[in-house]
Amino acid sequence: MKDKLIKIVRFCGLGFLEPLIRLINGEEPKKNATNFVKKALFPVFSIILFIGIWHSGANYLFNKEATRKIEKAREDQGEEAAIAMQACIKAGSVSCQPNTLPSPAQVWGAYLSLLDDHRAISAKKDEFAAKTQKINAKRAEKGEDPIQYTGRPSFLDQIKTSIKTVFAGFLLAAFIAIPIGIIIGLSSTLRSSFNWLIQIFKPVSPVVWLLLVFMIIKTLITDPDLDKSFMISFISVGLCAMWATLVNTSMGVATVDKDFMNVSKVLRLSVGKNIFKVILPASFPLIFTGLRITLSVAWMVLIAIELLAQSPGLGSFVWEEFQNGANDSNAKIIVAMFVIGIIGFALDRIMLTIQKFMSFDKSEVA
Amino acid sequence: MEVLEKNKIQQKANSQGKDLRPDMLVCQDITKIYPTPKGDYTVLADLQLTVKKGEFISIIGHSGCGKSTLLSMIAGLNEISAGKVLVDQEEIRGAGPDRAVVFQSPSLFPWLTALQNVLIGVKQVFPHASKKQKLDICKYYLDKVGLGNDLNKRAIELSQGMQQRVGIARAFALKPKVLLLDEPFGMLDSLTRGELQDVLLEVWQKEQITALMVTHDVDESIFLADRVIMMTSGPYAKIGDELRIPFERPRDRVHVLEHDDYYDYRSYLMNFLNH
Repeated sequence: MKDKLIKIVRFCGLGFLEPLIRLINGEEPKKNATNFVKKALFPVFSIILFIGIWHSGANYLFNKEATRKIEKAREDQGEEAAIAMQACIKAGSVSCQPNTLPSPAQVWGAYLSLLDDHRAISAKKDEFAAKTQKINAKRAEKGEDPIQYTGRPSFLDQIKTSIKTVFAGFLLAAFIAIPIGIIIGLSSTLRSSFNWLIQIFKPVSPVVWLLLVFMIIKTLITDPDLDKSFMISFISVGLCAMWATLVNTSMGVATVDKDFMNVSKVLRLSVGKNIFKVILPASFPLIFTGLRITLSVAWMVLIAIELLAQSPGLGSFVWEEFQNGANDSNAKIIVAMFVIGIIGFALDRIMLTIQKFMSFDKSEVA
Repeated sequence: MEVLEKNKIQQKANSQGKDLRPDMLVCQDITKIYPTPKGDYTVLADLQLTVKKGEFISIIGHSGCGKSTLLSMIAGLNEISAGKVLVDQEEIRGAGPDRAVVFQSPSLFPWLTALQNVLIGVKQVFPHASKKQKLDICKYYLDKVGLGNDLNKRAIELSQGMQQRVGIARAFALKPKVLLLDEPFGMLDSLTRGELQDVLLEVWQKEQITALMVTHDVDESIFLADRVIMMTSGPYAKIGDELRIPFERPRDRVHVLEHDDYYDYRSYLMNFLNH
């Protein structure tokens, strides 16, 4: 039981829990207690330290901005206005808050308010669904499209949309990059003839990809029912992120162990068998490393692309909040930042776990 | 004095009479030239070798003399610059399962189990056999090399020695005309090496497949082979000498080592290598 648990925990990259499990089982209490402190408690300290620095930094910026505001009021409108401004800031009134880096407490508050907002919107949606249930059933009988809820999406809806987009982009990248990678990996002639393309397009910024995809999609897709902004964003994400997989796949295929190729020759495996039974499994670890990089790049560029493409998702959430300039907008942006980071981390962990699971040499994956 | 001694050993060994078995492997005027920036480098020059059906040959020589090159050319994994190789009277074209190879590194596919590693070859050679027949062939040979209980272990979980056992099983399971062994035990410790020599000899004794083994271990070459081919050092390497080892088969290590002639053969080979 204990060993199994430790194995699972290690496999998922949560190794810091291992000493705790051992400690609970009363195994070498002294050593495991120190290990637990080292591996689990020190990170907690570092989090506290981080929040502390953030807090005091935000405080400093707040005071600086407040002083500037008061000074400005004094210069423009005289002493009385300055005193009024000071009082206003002190009272925490929404109308005169300095616009600067929010403190951890504000961000936490914004997080809670976003959750509340989500609950409110969900309730509205349920209400809407209940109301339209009968009508929609009738419409379905007639073969008409059901009436959709078209209200504002909540923060969680935005997250879902972003994840959907990133997966669509990731799958697109995998479907393009892996087959092409295999083909150019197999032939050094093809590799050298396509190398320029890879080298030139790999460093192109996501923004430019977005514009390119926009040009093409705009012309190709004229059906107004299709979600154009979603297509544009996921295709751009896919195109930006596929290069790591492409390069890794072709490298993996090109560098298959010569002994394996010799065995394949001696056995006279057919071309198909050679690719699917030898070359692909042998280059699997490298392909998966590529896919892992692709997913993390996809997530990183997604935010920028959503921001520009005005397609729903975390990116547009951030942009809207920035444009919005409400009292808690800055705090909401920071919430989004953490959410983006945590989801990115989680995606990477998932990929790492899959990679470990699929790789034939378990020790190879770091 | 020394020359006299040599002649005596040779005469004794070669007094078996003419070998009437048909030729299984013939190398005619084999030449291998590697182009280098400084001009062509001739590794092997006009090498002649004939191996009878069912014969076990070992080739010894210093490292870099081209013995592994010769083997990989026979296997079809390395291009022949000039000359030709006939297997069963037919000229070879590329690599093929009629010339199974046991490589120096086991070269198993690490993502497959021991059984699957053997099966992938059996499927190629016996495409029309039933699934059960194929599995039975694999199991038979894996059992023979002592891996009957580890059929479903993944190759990566096996030790080097066990992996090489699978390599031997994989080669025999192909029912090849010629078995090529490229320093198959070179990477193993001496205890494992001894074990594997016994395993190899035991399976070979049953199958009587024409075998050609490259090694630089003198004792190994005497213990396993009917005939030891000595190659001169390159460039322009060729066969310098050969020695028949007429020990009776089936052989076992203790008897071979205790045989009166063993040390004569050994010193004969050492003598060649040291000059």
